[in-house]
Amino acid sequence: MRLTCPLCGARDRREFTYYGAEDYLNRPAPDAPPQAWDDYLHNRDNPAGVTRDLWYHDMGCSSWLLVTRNTVTHEILAVEAVADRKGGAA
Amino acid sequence: MRYSGFRVIAEALTGHKGWKPAWRDPEPQASYDYIIVGGGGHGLATAYYLAKEFKQARIAVLEKGYLGGGNVGRNTTIIRSNYLLDGNEPFYEFSLKLWEGLEQDFNYNAMVSQRGIINLYHTDAQRDAYTRRGNAMILHGADAELLNRDQVRAMYPFLNFDNARFPIKGALMQRRGGTVRHDAVAWGYARGADQRGVDLIQNCEVIGIRTEGGRVTGVETTRGFIGAKKVGVAVAGSSSKVMSHVNMRLPMESHVLQAFVSEGLKPLIDGVMTYGAGHFYVSQSDKGGLVFGGDIDGYNSYAQRGNMPVVEDVAEGGMSLMPMIGRARLLRSWGGIMDMSMDGSPIIDRTHIDGLYFNGGWCYGGFKATPASGWCFAHLLATDKPHPTATAYRFDRFRKGLMIDEKGQGAQPNLH
Repeated sequence: MRLTCPLCGARDRREFTYYGAEDYLNRPAPDAPPQAWDDYLHNRDNPAGVTRDLWYHDMGCSSWLLVTRNTVTHEILAVEAVADRKGGAA
Repeated sequence: MRYSGFRVIAEALTGHKGWKPAWRDPEPQASYDYIIVGGGGHGLATAYYLAKEFKQARIAVLEKGYLGGGNVGRNTTIIRSNYLLDGNEPFYEFSLKLWEGLEQDFNYNAMVSQRGIINLYHTDAQRDAYTRRGNAMILHGADAELLNRDQVRAMYPFLNFDNARFPIKGALMQRRGGTVRHDAVAWGYARGADQRGVDLIQNCEVIGIRTEGGRVTGVETTRGFIGAKKVGVAVAGSSSKVMSHVNMRLPMESHVLQAFVSEGLKPLIDGVMTYGAGHFYVSQSDKGGLVFGGDIDGYNSYAQRGNMPVVEDVAEGGMSLMPMIGRARLLRSWGGIMDMSMDGSPIIDRTHIDGLYFNGGWCYGGFKATPASGWCFAHLLATDKPHPTATAYRFDRFRKGLMIDEKGQGAQPNLH
């Protein structure tokens, strides 16, 4: 499995650390109800198929990356830097 | 048909003409009182105990592939009850006690072998942690012993005792732990359930769950609609997929875990061993192969196959613990899909839909839990109350902050 980091190019999976689903980018407002925080912290779609999740390039440029990939085939479909997303940094 | 030594002799003398298939292959009926989704170890055990212990009838098990073709057919076969936390230890000890009587109970040779499990420690801090764990186990009625270095050396003289970085100082031992022939567990439960009238329906994938006014009425399957008063889901790695039919998001991710078998060797390791300085555990099968494994791959996956970094990591763990393993060739490796929960502990609970029950989140420890998981899930299905040893395995423990986090890692599935 190789991920193409937007800054470093195609790199081995060993350079990256998996964090979790894209959900981590959608943090509830501080005054959101406890249910929203519970959902944000614990519950996941966990699809069999295309998913978007966060990886950290800790052995490379230290970027947080948003990876679109297929959980059934391990195919990597797209990699973008979280900081480049519309709406700013995570 | 009852299996026994006499039966084997009688069949041998009469040309083995009397053996019958171990279970029927029935067509699904229009409706049942209980439908168990998932014909793996946990689902079959649930159906077996529902029929046998809780005297329920009109039960079906629906399996999308063949019986025992999932994780019960692809694990490293270890049983143990060496847990620390109150929410876990009574449950796993209940499970170990069920293992001890299982073969007589379901009249099937599951090759339950209580060959002992040791967890090695390498530092004073680890020794103290294992002392605490051992005491917690004893307080809950399990057995535990702390072994010193010489006792471990007498058992396994070939280990890397004098490694400069991770010298072996001793081990926590549970003598009642061991291994079981994993496929036979599925077959034994399947046969026992079938004999008590449970319909085991294979090649029948659940593709929808029908509800009416907040109550479950049945399941849509690849073999048509089947009505049910109560539906219990026990599908391990596919939990999120099945529960998405009722728009439930679960506190878990599916991860791939790899395991390995070496070529057959002469008797070498007569128990089960875990390394304390890396994630590596090993036992030897009765055929002689070393069966070993380590960490999950670390990213969510439904692929049933892993990647090279974990293969390397496991091999390094093995080399560091017992350097002689480097001379053995790897015969097979495979991957299974683990329903990794947010705190590393399972869920056996009702859902917000009446009549729909869930059993999952077993992470990579589901095999040893099979008997108790089936018993407790059957208890919940039949009585609508959690079994006394499974009261902590609730969905709402995450919301309430009552997580059962053995490793103290926090709510991140790939760290457990």
